[in-house]
Amino acid sequence: MNQELLEIRHLHKSYGEHTIIKDLNLTVHKGEVIVVIGPSGCGKSTLLRCINALEPIQDGQICIGGESIHKDDKNISEKRQKIGMVFQSYELFPHKTILDNITLAPVKVQKRKRAEAEKEAIELLGKVGLSGRKDDYPRQLSGGQKQRVAIVRALCMHPEILLLDEITAALDPEMVREVLEVVLDLAKNGSTMIIVTHEMAFAKAIADRVIFLDQGEIVEESTNPKRFFENPETDRAKKFLDNFQYEKN
Amino acid sequence: MQSLGIDVLFKGKNFIRLMGGLWVAVRISLISVVISIVLGLLIGMLMTSGNKILKAVFRIYLEIVRIMPQMVLLFLVYFGTTRVFGWDLEAETSAIFVFSFWGTAEMADLVRGALISIPSIQYESARALGMKESQVFLLVILPQAVRRLIPLSINLITRMIKTTSLVMMIGIVEVLKVAQQIIEANRKASPNAAFGLFGTVFLLYFIICWPVSRLAAYLEKRWA
Ligand SMILES: Nc1ncnc2c1ncn2[C@@H]1O[C@H](COP(=O)(O)OP(=O)(O)O)[C@@H](O)[C@H]1O
Ligand SMILES: [Mg+2]
Repeated sequence: MNQELLEIRHLHKSYGEHTIIKDLNLTVHKGEVIVVIGPSGCGKSTLLRCINALEPIQDGQICIGGESIHKDDKNISEKRQKIGMVFQSYELFPHKTILDNITLAPVKVQKRKRAEAEKEAIELLGKVGLSGRKDDYPRQLSGGQKQRVAIVRALCMHPEILLLDEITAALDPEMVREVLEVVLDLAKNGSTMIIVTHEMAFAKAIADRVIFLDQGEIVEESTNPKRFFENPETDRAKKFLDNFQYEKN
Repeated sequence: MQSLGIDVLFKGKNFIRLMGGLWVAVRISLISVVISIVLGLLIGMLMTSGNKILKAVFRIYLEIVRIMPQMVLLFLVYFGTTRVFGWDLEAETSAIFVFSFWGTAEMADLVRGALISIPSIQYESARALGMKESQVFLLVILPQAVRRLIPLSINLITRMIKTTSLVMMIGIVEVLKVAQQIIEANRKASPNAAFGLFGTVFLLYFIICWPVSRLAAYLEKRWA
């Protein structure tokens, strides 16, 4: 658990004059599950998008497996294969079947044999309880099912780290569980993940480390999620959690 | 009941002449449609690249095409250029030029609209899977854009086919003109020929455009 997988040093991200992330440092080890929480607009999505080099960064460095990654890198598409990402709005490809959604990148990007990729896709679909839906189109699935497919699609590329951006935020409450269970399973099997979520009970259960982000800065960081959620050290985190509790009730 | 004037249709070579005229109309629209699709796709893609000058030039082009009646364009190109530039364009070449000029502008605008209607996060989810920019475009964005494009472009294509009836104004003997000629020639013997002949022309246009619009409806349903 001490092999460094992702290293972010002095990350600075801004849109024009507007600074979103300032001097952020974060190291993620292999097998670690990091949960990022923080108020809306504090830069959680931006952080994940920077890690995946979907956004250019203004200063600092992001390294994945010891290799620096930047949006303008020539071989950026190869580096991105090490990073899986799941979006709040699923972002399946509507013109492809479930199976083709999953195998498209393994076949076209990684040049794997179609039969082999399909075999793995079907296996993974079975694990998330969707083996019967492989020939359907995304529009035929519920939100929870689509999100499970999106997770499988990311997994089928064998990424070294998974970035999950509020993947249950768009779901009806009764579907949240089926998605979170898949993520819990991944954690149990040693996947490295950075999870942005507002599901506090889930965060508490899954996190090896919690990071509280506010106005683009890490305000509090804790390897003891239970203690963090019950008794945060900083006032800002305390205020956020209190407000959050209040909104929920 | 009066004669419907259908008999004239089968006198002598009339039917074959009519079909010949139809072929002229179909040929002009077919060539123009193919040119419009190819150029429209290219220009539509360029329009989404964000170059301000290109965009401005295209807007002016599109406005001209939309404001100008096709007939005026036809006259301008066929009669106008002969005197001013000394070009001696054939009528059919002029027609194809005008129809392609029109179709390319409309098609490019449809392509542009279809492309920008694909949300940018679809690009990102494709990139996040490690796709190169060319793969993002060819495997994810373009297929979705084409699906949105097809019903609209079929509408444009049928409009183009219908509008080819204007080309007789620059002396091209297409199906409507042939019908007129046949009616003229038989004015004495079959005064009712106008109904039968124009009715037939109507049917012919229908037979050509209907499958095209059925295809659009089918694709729209399949890709909904
Ligand atoms: N493309 C963009 N251009 C300008 N500002 C942006 C852009 N994307 C996000 N922002 C701003 O960055 C801040 C952080 O956004 P985001 O990372 O999405 O927050 P979070 O995910 O924590 O809710 C917000 O203030 C948002 O308005
Ligand atoms: Mg967000």
